[in-house]
Formats: sequence, structure tokens, C-alpha cells
Amino acid sequence: MNDILEGLKAAFFMLVSLDPDLVEITLRSLQVTLSALVISSAIALPFGSWLAIRRFRHRRATIAVLNALMGLPPVVVGLTVYILFSRAGPFGVFGLLFTPTAMIIAQVIIITPLIASIAHQSIRELWAEYHDLLISLNTSSRQRIAALLWDGRRALLTASLAGFGRAIGEVGAIMIVGGNIDHATRVLTTAIALETGKGDFALALGLGFVLITLAIAVNLLIHGLTRTESGSRW
Amino acid sequence: MVTSILPLTFRDATVKRRGKTLVGPIDLALAPSGLTIVLGPNGSGKTTLLRLMHGLERLSKGTAEWQISDVEVRRRQAYVFQTPIMMRRSVRDNLAYPLIVHGTPKAAARAQAWNWAERINLADAFERQAPLLSGGEKQKLALARALIRKPEVLFLDEPCANLDGRATREIEEILQEAHASGTRIVMSTHDIGQARRLASDVLFMLKGRLHEHGPAQAFFASPETPEAAAFLNGDIVE
Repeated sequence: MNDILEGLKAAFFMLVSLDPDLVEITLRSLQVTLSALVISSAIALPFGSWLAIRRFRHRRATIAVLNALMGLPPVVVGLTVYILFSRAGPFGVFGLLFTPTAMIIAQVIIITPLIASIAHQSIRELWAEYHDLLISLNTSSRQRIAALLWDGRRALLTASLAGFGRAIGEVGAIMIVGGNIDHATRVLTTAIALETGKGDFALALGLGFVLITLAIAVNLLIHGLTRTESGSRW
Repeated sequence: MVTSILPLTFRDATVKRRGKTLVGPIDLALAPSGLTIVLGPNGSGKTTLLRLMHGLERLSKGTAEWQISDVEVRRRQAYVFQTPIMMRRSVRDNLAYPLIVHGTPKAAARAQAWNWAERINLADAFERQAPLLSGGEKQKLALARALIRKPEVLFLDEPCANLDGRATREIEEILQEAHASGTRIVMSTHDIGQARRLASDVLFMLKGRLHEHGPAQAFFASPETPEAAAFLNGDIVE
């Protein structure tokens, strides 16, 4: 109980004093997570929609695999990305290991199936509703996907926010590919892991509370900007 | 000169689903002009026939031939569903959508949308979300959205089901205007009064088959089959 109170106190002081280290790792957390989120959403949302409207061989198997990939173990993803980007790996020449870019790549791999799967579920329902109309209006596949993405944007926002939630709290993969290097790849989650390892539970908890506050703030901000749940809007 | 997409000719047209025949076999030629009413009891195949004509159902057997190529045919017809499908957008965007997807610039599409909203008395609700409209308003909007591209043929599946007298009258007025301006209309209904008011010819469906087809006046005055006569009398026909 004492640790929690100390953690809250530490979080409060770090936030009020705008602790430079905290600001740096918070901004890096946001940079890495939001970059991964934008890239993943750009891939996963159209893919989820496409999967909802197209009928092809092995479609059910594709959906099953996609759903299974939602539970992709981050440590395994981290290890795979590490091997691919290590000096001896096929992409070693790019020198991306232990950089925020490698962390973004790992996060993209982790959250893309999650966003695509949730998007697919939402769009499938909307497609059932719109199917006859969009076919009757003689729309192309691209126009159908565009209409579904636009009209389903609030449900898709939820899919993206689920991806954000998973990415911002992720530690296993980015620890492996980022290395938790001070002033280079340290983010909130890896800093928490480090402080916990050092036995500084108050600081670790303080960072944890900052992380939670950040996640809630981003969610509220996005909901506010898109006016979700406001009167007479879908 | 623009060639009409009609007549639409069905030969031995049959629609089956999971081995069960829903419609057919049907032989029919849909003439280039007129207002055809499709009558028949529940489950007689009215909706399937309309969907087949519009291309929403595939033939299991037989042929359906329009006067010209398939691609052009799809562009020049529209469909109004029994339960109006409202896109999760404003009235304005619902009306403008068919124009925008077929290449009309946004500003011009919205101007036309406004004209139609005024015409169907939905100007006050122009910016409102369409799914929040009343049943009658939704059906008027669906009809306007179907007519906004001036289709050559308009199919309507019981557009006035569950609507009150006033909303029904408004819909009928729009339909009569569209018909007067050259749109070929094919519509199913349960309302015999409405069929009498609107029809130039009648298709009477029973058990998935075209039971009777002819000019409206003759059909209502002296139906050829006892089933049609019973249906017009309000008896239960199965």
C-alpha cells in the first residue's frame, strides 16, 4: 500500500515538475506507439474491410489465422525482428537494431492482426447491412471499401484504439529490439521494467501511473476529436 | 441516340436456393414503358423476381436478356428496398452518394441533393443523420436516392409497407412524377388499392410462378384465374 502511495506521489511530482527524463521517454513512447499505430491502421483497416467483402478460396482459413495472430507472443516477435535486423540477419545492412524504427516494426507486427481482426468483425456487420444497396448502386470494390471504412469509422476507431492500448503497454518485443538504451530507445514500459529490476518500486509505479494517464488521455483526445457518442451522430 | 435497355426478356428463368425453387420457370418480356405492379401473397416470389430483374439474384436456369450490354444496364436502373437501407450519413450525403460514386463533382452532387431534399420535404432534415429519420422519411429518402440519377428503370419492393396514408400518398406522387418523366417502374405491393391507383399492367405471382400477366384494367375487371380473383376479393390464397 505504501509503495502505491509513494508511486502516486512520484508520478505527481514527475508530472508537475515536467521531469526532463520523463518527458523524453514519454515523448518517445508516444512517437513509437503512434507511428506503429498509423502504419498498422493503414494496413489493417483496408485489409479487414477487404476480407469482409471478398469471397475467395481459403477465406475462412485466412480469418482463422488472422484471429490466431491476435495472440502473437510479443517476445517471439521481438526475437524474430532481432534476428532479421541483427548484423548477420537479412536486414542487418540497414542498421536498424536498437533504434526506435526497429521498435516500431515490432509493434506493427504485433498490433496489425489485432486491428485487422476487430476491423473485420465490425465491417462484416456493416457489409451485411449495406450489401444490397452498394451492389444495387453499381459500386466498384474500391468504392465499397471506402464507403465501409468511412461509415464504419467509429467502430474502426475502437479497433485502432485497441491496437494503441496493446502497443503502448508492450514491453517484451521492444525491450529485445530496442535494448532500453538511455536517451535512445528507452520508453515508459522498458523504464518501468528497469526500475522494477533495480528495486525502485515507487519510481516504477510512478512511471506506471504516467503510462496509464497517457493511455487514457490519448483515448479521450481521439474520442473528443472524432466526436464519438455525441448526439445525433453515428 | 441512347438505346433503351428494355425490353427485358426472361426465358425459362428459374432461381433455386439449396435445391428449392424460389421463382420460376418464368417466361416474360418487360416492355419499355408502363408502370408494372407485381401482386401476390407472401412467399409467392415477388421480391425474388424483382431482385432477379435488378441483378441481385442469379439465375439457376434459363436466361435474362436486356436490350443492351450488362455494364450499361446496371448503371441505368435503381432499386428501392422494402426496408430502406440508410447509409450512416446525413440526408445530404445519402442523396449525393450515388452521384458522387458515378463521377459527379461533390458540389454539383450536393446541389442536386438539396433539390431532391426540397422536393421530398426533407430540406429541414438535410444535415440530420439518415438512420434517425422516421420510417416514412427514410422511405422517401431511399426513393429520392434511387431517382437522383434518373434511372431508366426503377424497381421497388413494397415501398409503402408499414407506412401511413400520408406517407404512402407522398411516395405515390413521387412515383407518378417519375413515371410521367419517362422512368419505367416495376413495383411489388400488397395493397390492392395502391395497385389499382398506379398500375398500367399487373404481374400476379403465385408459388414462385407468374400466374397471370396483363393490362391492369382487364386484370382488375376480370381476372383470368380463380386464384387471382380470390386474391382480389381478399381471400387467403396459398
